[in-house]
Amino acid sequence: METVPKLGNNVPPKKDKLQGKKKKPRRYWEEETTQTAAGASPGPPRKRKRNRELRPQKPKNTHSTKKSRISKKPQVPKKPRERRSPGPQRSLSGAQDPFTGPAPVPVEVVQKFCRIDKSKKLPRSETKIRSRLEAAEAQEEEISVKAARSELLLAEEPGFLEGEDGEDTAKICQADIVEAVDIASAAKHFDLNLRQFGPYRLNYSRTGRHLAFGGRRGHVAALDWVTKKLMCEINVMEAVRDIRFLHSEALLAVAQNRWLHIYDNQGIELHCIRRCDRITQLEFLPFHFLLATASETGFLTYLDVSVGKIVAALNARAGRLNIMTQNPYNAVIHLGHSNGTVSLWSPAMKEPLAKILCHRGGVRAVAVDSTGTHMATSGLDHQLKIFDLRGTFQPLSARTLPQGAGHLAFSQRGLLAAGMGDVVNIWAGQGKASPPSLEQPYLTHRLSGHVHGLQFCPFEDVLGVGHSGGITSMLVPGAAEPNFDGLESNPYRSRKQRQEWEVKALLEKVPAELICLDPRALAEVDVISLEQEEKERLERLGYDPDTKPPFQPKPKQKGRSSTASLVKRKRKVMDEEHRDKVRQSLEQQPQKQEKAKPMGARPSALDRFVR
Amino acid sequence: MSLSASAPGPCEIQAGEMSSSRAAKSSLLALNQQGELEDLPRDYPLSTSEDEGDSGGERKHQKLLEAISSLDGKNRRKLAERSEASPKVSEFSVNSEGSGEKLVLSDLLEPVKTSSSLAAVKKQLNRVKSKKTVELPLHREEIHREVAFNKTSQVLSKWDPVAQKNWQAEQLVFPLSKQQSIFPPIEHVVSGWKARTPLEQEIFNLLHKNKQPVTDPLLTPTEKASLKAMSLEEVKMRRAELQRARALQSYYEARARREKKIKSKKYHKLLKKGKAKQALKEFEKLRKVNPAAALEELEKLEKARMMERMSLKPQNSGKWAKSKAVMAKYDLEARQAMQEQLARNKELMQKIQVASESVEEEGGAEEEGEPFVPDVVNEVQVKADRPNPWMFRNHSGDTKEAEVQGDPEELAEPAAQEAPESEEEGPVVAEEILLKEFEERRSLRQKSGLNQIAKPVGSQEAKDLSSQEVLSELRALSQKLNRESHQSRKQELSSTRTVLAVQRGEPSGEEEEPLLLQRPQRARTLDELEELGKEGCFQNKELPRAAVEGQQLERNPSNHLGVPKEKKRKEQMTDLQNLLTTKSPSMKSLAVPTTVEELEDEERDQRQTIKEAFAGDDVIRDFLKEKREAVEASKPKDVDLTLPGWGEWGGVGLKPSAKKRRRFLIKGPEGPPRKDKNLPNVILKEKQNIHAVAHQVRMLPYPFTHHQQFERTIQAPIGSTWDPQRSFQKLTMPKVVTKPGHIIKPIKAEDVGYRSSSRSDLSVVQRNPK
Repeated sequence: METVPKLGNNVPPKKDKLQGKKKKPRRYWEEETTQTAAGASPGPPRKRKRNRELRPQKPKNTHSTKKSRISKKPQVPKKPRERRSPGPQRSLSGAQDPFTGPAPVPVEVVQKFCRIDKSKKLPRSETKIRSRLEAAEAQEEEISVKAARSELLLAEEPGFLEGEDGEDTAKICQADIVEAVDIASAAKHFDLNLRQFGPYRLNYSRTGRHLAFGGRRGHVAALDWVTKKLMCEINVMEAVRDIRFLHSEALLAVAQNRWLHIYDNQGIELHCIRRCDRITQLEFLPFHFLLATASETGFLTYLDVSVGKIVAALNARAGRLNIMTQNPYNAVIHLGHSNGTVSLWSPAMKEPLAKILCHRGGVRAVAVDSTGTHMATSGLDHQLKIFDLRGTFQPLSARTLPQGAGHLAFSQRGLLAAGMGDVVNIWAGQGKASPPSLEQPYLTHRLSGHVHGLQFCPFEDVLGVGHSGGITSMLVPGAAEPNFDGLESNPYRSRKQRQEWEVKALLEKVPAELICLDPRALAEVDVISLEQEEKERLERLGYDPDTKPPFQPKPKQKGRSSTASLVKRKRKVMDEEHRDKVRQSLEQQPQKQEKAKPMGARPSALDRFVR
Repeated sequence: MSLSASAPGPCEIQAGEMSSSRAAKSSLLALNQQGELEDLPRDYPLSTSEDEGDSGGERKHQKLLEAISSLDGKNRRKLAERSEASPKVSEFSVNSEGSGEKLVLSDLLEPVKTSSSLAAVKKQLNRVKSKKTVELPLHREEIHREVAFNKTSQVLSKWDPVAQKNWQAEQLVFPLSKQQSIFPPIEHVVSGWKARTPLEQEIFNLLHKNKQPVTDPLLTPTEKASLKAMSLEEVKMRRAELQRARALQSYYEARARREKKIKSKKYHKLLKKGKAKQALKEFEKLRKVNPAAALEELEKLEKARMMERMSLKPQNSGKWAKSKAVMAKYDLEARQAMQEQLARNKELMQKIQVASESVEEEGGAEEEGEPFVPDVVNEVQVKADRPNPWMFRNHSGDTKEAEVQGDPEELAEPAAQEAPESEEEGPVVAEEILLKEFEERRSLRQKSGLNQIAKPVGSQEAKDLSSQEVLSELRALSQKLNRESHQSRKQELSSTRTVLAVQRGEPSGEEEEPLLLQRPQRARTLDELEELGKEGCFQNKELPRAAVEGQQLERNPSNHLGVPKEKKRKEQMTDLQNLLTTKSPSMKSLAVPTTVEELEDEERDQRQTIKEAFAGDDVIRDFLKEKREAVEASKPKDVDLTLPGWGEWGGVGLKPSAKKRRRFLIKGPEGPPRKDKNLPNVILKEKQNIHAVAHQVRMLPYPFTHHQQFERTIQAPIGSTWDPQRSFQKLTMPKVVTKPGHIIKPIKAEDVGYRSSSRSDLSVVQRNPK
């Protein structure tokens, strides 16, 4: 991002001669500079002089650029602002660039892209290692600065809903919102009156463009809900428990009364998977191409849809499973049980990764937000709780609802929707990463029937609600991520693009066994086997080659090699090492002490008497 | 010739002389001589005594004197020890050899008196001596070799930076060739450009004539500098400010230094007390104004208490305590002071923690605390047979508190009965203990203040007489305090709750209100639910009382010695229960879901509620059981290697003896602490995911010595979906790029910008090695 044109990287040395022979054009700025420089009238003899004045600048410039290219250390500054060179650089035109150097980048945005966890203190390292670490950090910084720069391309901003002073946003009904927004957005609010085929489950495709829904009494339909173009509509003549799009909108998994069926977007049945029977809930893990199914028989089955194999069938040993959700951050499946626990599952482990006791009664609904930090649960005890999933699994907040929530859903931006009877409540958080505060609902809406399925539409401020009276598409300002990744999930993609993407996604498929609670653990060293190997090596060698041999003083001449002096020297080295250790530990201590000191208030001389 | 004489003396000397004279005669008689010589010493004493009887004695005396005088320090002379026979041996035990002292060249120069003029000469001599011997001249071939080596290495060292650069380069492109830029630089274009057309020329002329200002009108550096510079007044003001600040600081420092130097203990005590009082006052004020800040303050106080607790000196091993202990037998005041300190210690030693271990620890601490009291003091108390105001107050205060805490109808109930009850009711919520603790401490402090006031007023006899009065007074006071504390606790509770709600999941708001009021909307339809709510409510209401009783329990350790394990389990249970049953404020939602009239739904609802009513406790117990099992399962198992019947009788009904079993039981290693140790509501699987581990790195690459260092370098992900396109390309570019179909020639001097001169150097290298 250098705005300054480089002055001749490869200026041939002959140039001087060339100038001497050739007559240069007279440019008005030349006159100007000569005037300012010499304060004399313009004339042709000045030209040479000016050239000479200019020349020393060139090699310097080239030198500096060359150096930066050669040197191993990337010259990325700590703060992007510092990169501005102190002196204004002259461009060819002689005009000064008022904004020299690369454009500044806000530090917070850069911070967002930094992924090296610097909170942990490293053991003291040698210079070689330190230089490696520094290089890694500099590289990361460079990348994050670049990423922060490209943040500029995310032009869209999330929507919002604000009440006039003192007005409660929850009182604003859908009709008001529809009236206020533009026509295109207003068209996104609609109701499908389908009273005949019972309560509906629904699912949006990953791009947010397509909607599939299945009624209890066998009605299955898929449509492009934005244009309202119906893709297919069939009646499977069997109870439909759940419905889910697979990796693209072309495939549709339907959990029917007996077995799991897969249809394409024409409504043609492609597969009937008899190994998955009596399925109650479906969940699709897009990056692993796994379809997770929870059955009445208490089995959690993972089906790899790319190869059609069952990866794992896990017995949860907790009776009928009818509450399931996935953690989008680490692809762990959360199951809710009737004994008030939520268990976390991975296909690689036969037992749950974790079990959390959430409610006194049974769990009725579970939802995990897109960052994987918060989990919302509701139970038979009429409580709605939000848990922190980052290691502690403790409830952050809880509310008693008049009637416990039967369905929960998180939006991309962390809004929480709860379906209670025929009412949908939506709560919003303070910031993006904060959990939704349950103090005040953000929006409420009453439906014509009982809620049976809830999902926020990706990349659209829309909440789809399946209920006994059909389907309702609600407008929820600020629910979805405003900017989509065109290469990842493009709502406007063509068939060809979808096929391209499909191939790429299949190539990047994540193996099922990598699913674990902390996905970043994969970037850690396997310490146990490392230690084991180290131990074996030691045993093989019979000694530790890494340990420094104890200091052996060299014999000295002229009677200075007496035993006493040898011991003395040994002692000296030992003391030095000890002092080093103490110094090191002291270096770490003051940080702790500083923390302990109470902040604020003027330090008083009497502070020392406070015990 | 060797003469084995050990004692130097005149006899020997004589012997020497004799032997020398004889040696001159003939060498053939050497053997005989030796024999004689050896015999001689034996004979000598006689002869000497004959020759010089008096003088020998005199000399001996002289020698002795010298020896004595040489014993001290400087002029001690090394006594010569003769190891060889030599012809010249003086009587002053100076001989030329065998003395151990080397003769140095410079010694010869030494005059009788040291003179500075000789120092230079000495130095020179030393220098001459220190010079090394000249090395052997090198062989001709070797010389050639060395010269050649030096030259070559010098020549080759020119390549060092190049090699270094290539090692460090992120990418190397082969074949090496200078990139020829296709487009000439802009200067060339510009300098080659000419105004050809008349229009262009005209325009240029015009521009020149008008002296068009083209450069931007920004300020020059000097102007900028002048703008930046401060005005004189500003500078003056700033300087004055700085001076003032410095002066203030120095005053302050001086004052602090002076105050620090004050050695009066009384002063410091007063200071501390004053501070504490002030802090308390401020805290009270703050609590009214800003409960959240007050909580922080409370934490600070707690920390101070902890510090005190840590730094508290052993109770009766200090100097002061010892002196008081001595005095305690006779001096009432000393005794009191001592007890005061002990009480304070006890108070400080009380650890505040809900965790199940705390009870046991508490008990242990208290038990340990007991023996600190010197026996003397206790004895005296028994003898005096007079209610010790301190012990007595503590006791009465407790009981009274308990009474007041309980409902009026329970007032008659003796405290003893309450204790077992409380055991059943289980332990206490953390905050409540904490608050209780604080409350108590405060009351104690107030009481102690009161006592101190009362002490000087009433004499001992008066106290004795009016002990009843004091008792009643105290009771009234404590009642009042308790009433206050009730209110204040409520406030504090709410305040703590608001803060802690985030962590503990305890919501803020109307705690004390029954659940009934919280959800009026559903009250009619769900009667059973109300019941449930009441139950929960009841539990919650009980909590404060339970807290009190728990406190009491902790106070007398004897009560809970019996059932610690049961207790622990129960505690866990209540912990969980608290976690689950903490009442959350109900939603005030605008749209209340309509209750469905459908029979089916209602039926289901009823079933649900019944389920709810019955589920509660089972859930928690089951979970705890499951967790315990999981913990047991994850623990490493003990290995029992006992062989029944080995070394003793075996058979049906016979078991190997306990001793044997103990001997051959290999205990499993204590594993690392479980991750869910402090999370009551979670069971975390400890087992590793083997499949995922297979993908992890298990060898540290070269320079790294610790796995954390390496981890840090691989923490940033590399991928097109993670990084911007450009950086991704840069991160994944190959280290070496070659052009297919091109010959990669060895590097030449021109390639790296060296001139031909360096090339000639290289040629030298090639010519030389033969």
